[in-house]
Amino acid sequence: MSELVSLHENPTEQFLRTDRMPHIWCPGCGIGTTVNCFTRALLDSNANLDKVSVVSGIGCSGRVAGYLNLDSFHTTHGRAIPFATGLKLARPDLDVVVYSGDGDLFAIGGNHFIHAARRNVDIKVICVNNLVYAMTGGQTAPTTPGDALTSTSPYGTFEPSFNLPQLAEAAGAVYVARWTTYHVRQLAKSMFEMFNKKGFAFIEVLSPCPTLYQRRNKMGDGMETLRQYKELSKRKDGASTSEVGLTRDGEIVVGKFVDRDRPDYATLMKAHYQHTMGDKYVETGAIICQ
Amino acid sequence: MTKGNVAITVERCKGCAFCVEFCPTKVLALSPAFNSKGYHPPHVVAPEKCNGCDLCGMFCPDFAIHGWREKKA
Ligand SMILES: Cc1ncc(C[n+]2csc(CCOP(=O)(O)OP(=O)(O)O)c2C)c(N)n1
Ligand code: SF4
Ligand code: SF4
Ligand code: SF4
Ligand SMILES: [Mg+2]
Repeated sequence: MSELVSLHENPTEQFLRTDRMPHIWCPGCGIGTTVNCFTRALLDSNANLDKVSVVSGIGCSGRVAGYLNLDSFHTTHGRAIPFATGLKLARPDLDVVVYSGDGDLFAIGGNHFIHAARRNVDIKVICVNNLVYAMTGGQTAPTTPGDALTSTSPYGTFEPSFNLPQLAEAAGAVYVARWTTYHVRQLAKSMFEMFNKKGFAFIEVLSPCPTLYQRRNKMGDGMETLRQYKELSKRKDGASTSEVGLTRDGEIVVGKFVDRDRPDYATLMKAHYQHTMGDKYVETGAIICQ
Repeated sequence: MTKGNVAITVERCKGCAFCVEFCPTKVLALSPAFNSKGYHPPHVVAPEKCNGCDLCGMFCPDFAIHGWREKKA
């Protein structure tokens, strides 16, 4: 079968390491959909692409960094946020985005998440939440909702799960939103808003893992999951994050929940050292490696 | 006047049908043909209905399809 020849390029194409295509994501996996939203948000933001850097941990979602033709870093499992924090402090001129999975950011990396939010480090965190550790075989994650079957809970989970927007707000994030991969336009707009926000911003994107979550729970394929997202989602901008916890089959509250301002880590640090050290405090500026 | 166009890279497609389902004007259908990996890619069944909204392009997890508008003066 011949390919259609097009003079018009897919907007995502210029952001891809095309030599790595096709990617490894399964048919109907939602991660690629989030990448489309991300690239359109980048285009709309007119960001200087030489100054955008994407940091991922390990997992199916973590592969985003490896596929994007930006300055991207595929760090060790759970350590995307500390890497991004160091990068932002050394190179304040960069827009630093963390793009990773629910397990990476909230299990092994959970401690880093809450402290970066508390400090209000100026990084943007996108969590692809597929409710399990997908890459390693679909194990229970801190986000797996009650009763769901996973490879490590064949009789269903019983642990209470994290409500990610509530966790982010309580820890100090200045921007908190949740969408699903059904909400492509809303997600792209939210990502755009996040770029323009100073401080620790967080977006949770619910995304199908048909291979390891939906299949085991007899929830159908990627398409079936998108239909469920459409049916079960209710947009409630400004909703109290204590009321947006997820259940296995219940309502999915989406929207922008938090949009507030407070000084970010670098601003606080500078003010503090200027106050305590006076003229002795000299800013080094960006640290450029030769 | 604006006219929509859609382009498909059939060899990248994994046949999820997101583009078919979420095209607001039902321009696409999965083709009975296979690509070399054995998936059924979409094909255009109603080109005149395409408004170039690029929703297919935003949904496609495999970067295999996109739509655009041609602006005429
Ligand atoms: C230190 C360390 N521990 C464990 C692993 C195995 N491991 C790889 S990915 C992963 C979980 C990924 O889950 P998530 O972040 O939700 O990504 P997903 O694959 O679901 O997108 C684990 C436990 C590892 N690579 N390194
Ligand atoms: S295992 Fe799940 S998350 Fe990983 S690529 Fe496949 S569908 Fe996507
Ligand atoms: S959305 Fe993409 S991968 Fe899915 S059927 Fe359409 S072209 Fe193929
Ligand atoms: S560009 Fe819009 S109207 Fe045209 S095929 Fe894609 S989704 Fe349908
Ligand atoms: Mg996961």
